[in-house]
Amino acid sequence: MARAGARALVASALLVAGATAVEAQERPSGVSLTLEYSPGQRIALMVLPIRGAAGDSIKTILERDFDFSNRFQHVPAISAPEFGEPLNYALLARAGAAGVVQSQLLASGWLRVVLHDVTGKKVMQQNDFPLPTAVNTDGWRLGVHAIADQIEEWITGQKGIAATRIAFVREGRVWVVDSDGANPRAVTPRGLSPSWHPSGRYIVYHVLEDDRHRLAVTDLVTGAQRSLTNLAGALDNTAAISPDGRSVAFARSVEATAGQTDLFVMPFQGGPANRITVARGSINLSPTWSPDGRRLAFESDRSGRKEIYISDADGTNVTLLTADAFGEKNRRADPSWSPDGRAVAFSSEVGGRRQILTISLRDQSVRQVTSEGQNNTPTWAPDGRHIVFTSSRSGTDQLWVVDTESGRTRQLRVGAGARLSSWSGRLSAVP
Amino acid sequence: MPRLSRVAVLLLVLPFAAGACKKKPVAVEPEPQMPVTPAAQPTTPADDGGAAAAAAAEAARRAIEMARSVLLQTIYFDYDSDELRSDSRAVLDDKLRVLNANPSLRVRIDGHTDERGTDQYNLALGRRRADQAKRYLIDRGIDASRIETTSYGRERPAAQGSNEDAWSQNRRGEFQIVAGGAELRAP
Repeated sequence: MARAGARALVASALLVAGATAVEAQERPSGVSLTLEYSPGQRIALMVLPIRGAAGDSIKTILERDFDFSNRFQHVPAISAPEFGEPLNYALLARAGAAGVVQSQLLASGWLRVVLHDVTGKKVMQQNDFPLPTAVNTDGWRLGVHAIADQIEEWITGQKGIAATRIAFVREGRVWVVDSDGANPRAVTPRGLSPSWHPSGRYIVYHVLEDDRHRLAVTDLVTGAQRSLTNLAGALDNTAAISPDGRSVAFARSVEATAGQTDLFVMPFQGGPANRITVARGSINLSPTWSPDGRRLAFESDRSGRKEIYISDADGTNVTLLTADAFGEKNRRADPSWSPDGRAVAFSSEVGGRRQILTISLRDQSVRQVTSEGQNNTPTWAPDGRHIVFTSSRSGTDQLWVVDTESGRTRQLRVGAGARLSSWSGRLSAVP
Repeated sequence: MPRLSRVAVLLLVLPFAAGACKKKPVAVEPEPQMPVTPAAQPTTPADDGGAAAAAAAEAARRAIEMARSVLLQTIYFDYDSDELRSDSRAVLDDKLRVLNANPSLRVRIDGHTDERGTDQYNLALGRRRADQAKRYLIDRGIDASRIETTSYGRERPAAQGSNEDAWSQNRRGEFQIVAGGAELRAP
């Protein structure tokens, strides 16, 4: 029923867009659209004012989440009707809204949300959502983001990515920031190359010491740090945790054969590491798991050029993925397997500058999703549509998020020198 | 840049070699402890023996410092390359003499890169650079157990800036003394 309702609303949104074509053209066509893609259809959505002390904060967070999802066109609220009174759908339709989100803060701190289909002149969905009583805490913000993601699923059939976080490196430490750029905080005393556990509770990262590089795990709930590897003379980095959370793939070079770097897989809980590549002097690194956990993509210079390869999770059946897609010596790196399994994002030099590209696993077609500055280290959001990456386009390394469908790009304002970002899975709100 | 390095190498090595030839027997001894008698400070330049000993000690000290600076001298690499350039080989040849004269000496080679390329690859590239320098030394008789390697990638630049001058200074192998530095001998 929800799915049928979603289709109806999308259809009515299309009708509205057709009826008010002039208005649609007058709207800003997005901030910094790049030339690669044309923007897709966005649904005109209005969030009504919410009464109560936290109401304005909730409205602001919801509106920003809908904006950052790149699936909605913001329509400013034109009125603040009492909750429970019938809405003037005709008036809302004239304002350009296809959908209206009306909310009420309950005495328990929970939020009652009603989604109106303006064109259909009816309530499409409604639900009461738990929120922690302590307003503006990490958990409360996550709870509001989860509401935005649920409303997005009501309308589009696909859950949003607001209730996610992004780990990154700045000033030699691992930080975590909410998907909307709020609340950046350092979570390790030092570290590089963070990567999320699918539970969202742990981050594996790389610690650089004078006589070894080891992998460590931080527990975001307790704040504890534990060593995952600790081998004298080894250089371990670029760890990636499997989708089932049980295994860690990573790159290691050992002192005796320091010129080569092999991929290893070990249990997340600790234990022996098994080598899965035979480097023979080459560098193999940055493994990324397929969503079913059965395959890995990684970068290797085994052919003399840096390319992206795919293998089974045990290292067998290696195939070249980026076969001469853009000529020679493009130094391809940083693969990230999309959560929907359809593509691998990576970075490559294009005309002397490093750019973010995606390659389809179905037909190996390549799309370039950045064009400004030097760009690297893409990782996918759980929607398989947005990518966070590092770019020098503003003059210093900063984190940016691109919508691969529309090309729309926004900056995550977490300070200069931010890099090595990694997008979490969807995080469950803690009431 | 390579030419400058070469000149620097010559300037370092020439006086070092001359000093080593002249004062070798003295250099073998630990720093001679001069018996200082506060009551009888010589005031005339006639005390040839004391002056000569002081000069010999000074020359020995300088020879050891020269050996140390040769040992710690940085080598440089070309972009995205781990090949040893001719200037780097010359520096490594000088280090060989010091390593051969000090069998208990152990060193670590730290590979570094410039800021270009990806951070993760740069760590592997830095390690590869350090390993190339290590191979050069062990191929010429130094025991592998005396040389460790690590990499800092782009994480610890020697020069700030996003230009070729800074990059060329950052693509390097640095040498650290891990053990045996206190009783260093000149070759």
